[in-house]
Amino acid sequence: MPRAPWTLRLLRTSTFRLAAVYLLVFALSVGAVLGYVYWQTLKLLDEQAEETIAAEVQGIAEQYALNGAPGVMAVIKRRSQLDTGGLYLLTTPVGKRLAGNLKSLPAMALNKPGWIEFSFGVETPRGLTEHRARAYYTRLKGGYHLIIGRDIQQLRQFGRIIRNTLFWALGLTAILGIGGGLLLSRNFLRRIDAITATLRSIRSGRMSDRVPVEGSGDELDRLACALNDMLDEIERLMKGMREVSSNIAHDLRTPLNRIRAQAEDALRSNNPDRHREALEMTIARADELLKTFNALLFIARAEAGQGASGFRDVDVSEVAREVAELYQPIVEDEGGSFTIQTPEKVMLQADRQLIAQALVNLLDNALKYGRADDHPPEIGIRVENHADHVDIVVTDRGPGIPETETEHVKDRFVRLDESRSRPGSGLGLSLVTSIARLHGGSLVLESNDPGLRAVLRLPKKR
Amino acid sequence: MRPETYICEGMNPVRIFALPEFLEAGTMHILVIEDDLEAAGWLIKGLREAGHVTDHARNGEEGLAMAREGDYDVLIVDRMMPKMDGLTLVRKLREEGDMTPALFLSALGDVDDKVEGLRAGGDDYIAKPYAFSELLARVEVLGRRKTAEPVQTRLKVGDLEMDLLKRKVTRAGKEILLQPREFKLLEYLMRNAGNVVTRTMLLENVWDYHFDPQTNVIDVHISRLRGKIDKEFDKPLLHTIRGAGYMLRAD
Repeated sequence: MPRAPWTLRLLRTSTFRLAAVYLLVFALSVGAVLGYVYWQTLKLLDEQAEETIAAEVQGIAEQYALNGAPGVMAVIKRRSQLDTGGLYLLTTPVGKRLAGNLKSLPAMALNKPGWIEFSFGVETPRGLTEHRARAYYTRLKGGYHLIIGRDIQQLRQFGRIIRNTLFWALGLTAILGIGGGLLLSRNFLRRIDAITATLRSIRSGRMSDRVPVEGSGDELDRLACALNDMLDEIERLMKGMREVSSNIAHDLRTPLNRIRAQAEDALRSNNPDRHREALEMTIARADELLKTFNALLFIARAEAGQGASGFRDVDVSEVAREVAELYQPIVEDEGGSFTIQTPEKVMLQADRQLIAQALVNLLDNALKYGRADDHPPEIGIRVENHADHVDIVVTDRGPGIPETETEHVKDRFVRLDESRSRPGSGLGLSLVTSIARLHGGSLVLESNDPGLRAVLRLPKKR
Repeated sequence: MRPETYICEGMNPVRIFALPEFLEAGTMHILVIEDDLEAAGWLIKGLREAGHVTDHARNGEEGLAMAREGDYDVLIVDRMMPKMDGLTLVRKLREEGDMTPALFLSALGDVDDKVEGLRAGGDDYIAKPYAFSELLARVEVLGRRKTAEPVQTRLKVGDLEMDLLKRKVTRAGKEILLQPREFKLLEYLMRNAGNVVTRTMLLENVWDYHFDPQTNVIDVHISRLRGKIDKEFDKPLLHTIRGAGYMLRAD
């Protein structure tokens, strides 16, 4: 996807969109509330003015009924002199002023009684200004015009102020909202761009790059940390893969090379016995290679979490006893001792074949490496039933494994110097480790003082 | 009468009539269903040298048709083939009521794959690459099974006798005391008397372990058993077959 101009991308960010939507909703609700207040206030003030006028009209109408036009004139004259904001005018039918504080009839058609609104001039120290008035107009008997009203200039001004405030508030909200949204989005976009750039760079091969973390601990930082953790794990796995493939290259090439060299040597000779010997060795070595290859495949599958399909309720004690029974004769034949201690029954969700295979590997190891120079082997198997896990322990009295190497030997193809001269693939303990992992457990290698104590630890609940 | 079948001569199919009535005792009629012609060629050569009559089908459909028509003692079926895979082929035969023993050959060698093969109706399973001696031993055991009598309560090889109900073993009338696992080991050897049984077959059938230990534990068990059944007698019954395994044989 081609990269859009920066400003356009800014407008496209989810933060900006969120801010815009939020702003719109906020502006609409504020506008609605303020508008309602404005409308209600004006209505209330207008009603108050009209009520006052209506009361005065009522009073004057009573005066008229009592004392006729002269009474009205007297009242109007008196009221006009009070500065109450009231507007009064009484004129003859032709419009000549008889009383009141308005100078003349407003320039509008006055036919029947009712509410009117008009402008009039007011003298102030700064000159003549125009004010609005609301008034009740009526015609007395004999054609006299009567206007009773109030100056509503302040009312109108108040309304205008509220209206203006409303518009300004909305305008300011919009500007601040959009500006804030842009600012937020810019910050967001900058950080997302940084993450994207890092990921692109990693994809192009710079595996050691990491997503920048600002240290504020916000959700983007958390995302960055999660990404970095994932990258660390991927890098670790890739490093492991590289190591494994170079190990495979070494440990498969070496025997292949031996096979080839021997076949070539046999081909140069004319002795049929040597041909036969070479062919037999070829088959034996091919079988060894195949075992290595199968073990590697098994470990790879187990590490990918495959192979857990054969899990059943298994009596681990029984599995241990069976394997012990298989190995007891061979240990005894070599003049060694073999002890087994197991509880009656220890049930566990496990794969019988795999547990047996792990035990067989540990016993193979104990037989191969677990004896001090000329001494016969002393091998023991124990099954320990703990509260939340089961330990299957295989012990020997050999040289053991130095404490610094106990993790290292579980890796693929690792063989300690002392064992290099003996046959073996260096995969035994990694196989056991992967079987343990498949069961959610682990392989613990400890000192048996002297000797090795290999513990296959299997949790009861996975 | 048997219908016409193809028999593979090395790599070239040759049309002949195969009549089981004329076959020697111990000779089996085997159908190899395998799409890899070179592998099939080696396999058929070996089976012929071992004295068996062998037909070859190059894919699953051809194999199914030949298995339906022919009267075979054992089918050797590759799992992955064009047109029809081995699992489907055996499953179809079993649905039709054809119980000819079938041995699967497969490049997939995990326990899960084995279980899948056996569930489909296969009788045995061997992973590629295999030792020919291993395959031959298994095929011969399978071929015998077809003609095996129903339920036996007594097994007899020469003067060695086993009473399966009383769980008692005697040789020349003299009782031999065996551990339970030794009894099981001897029972398997006696049931397959005259056939080679490999170490892997013993691990699978006597111990039910489907993996190979690095240490040769089976040999020690065999030598202990030999000490009990052969040591005090002139004629050994339990023989080691070099490069293959063991055989219990009276003569």
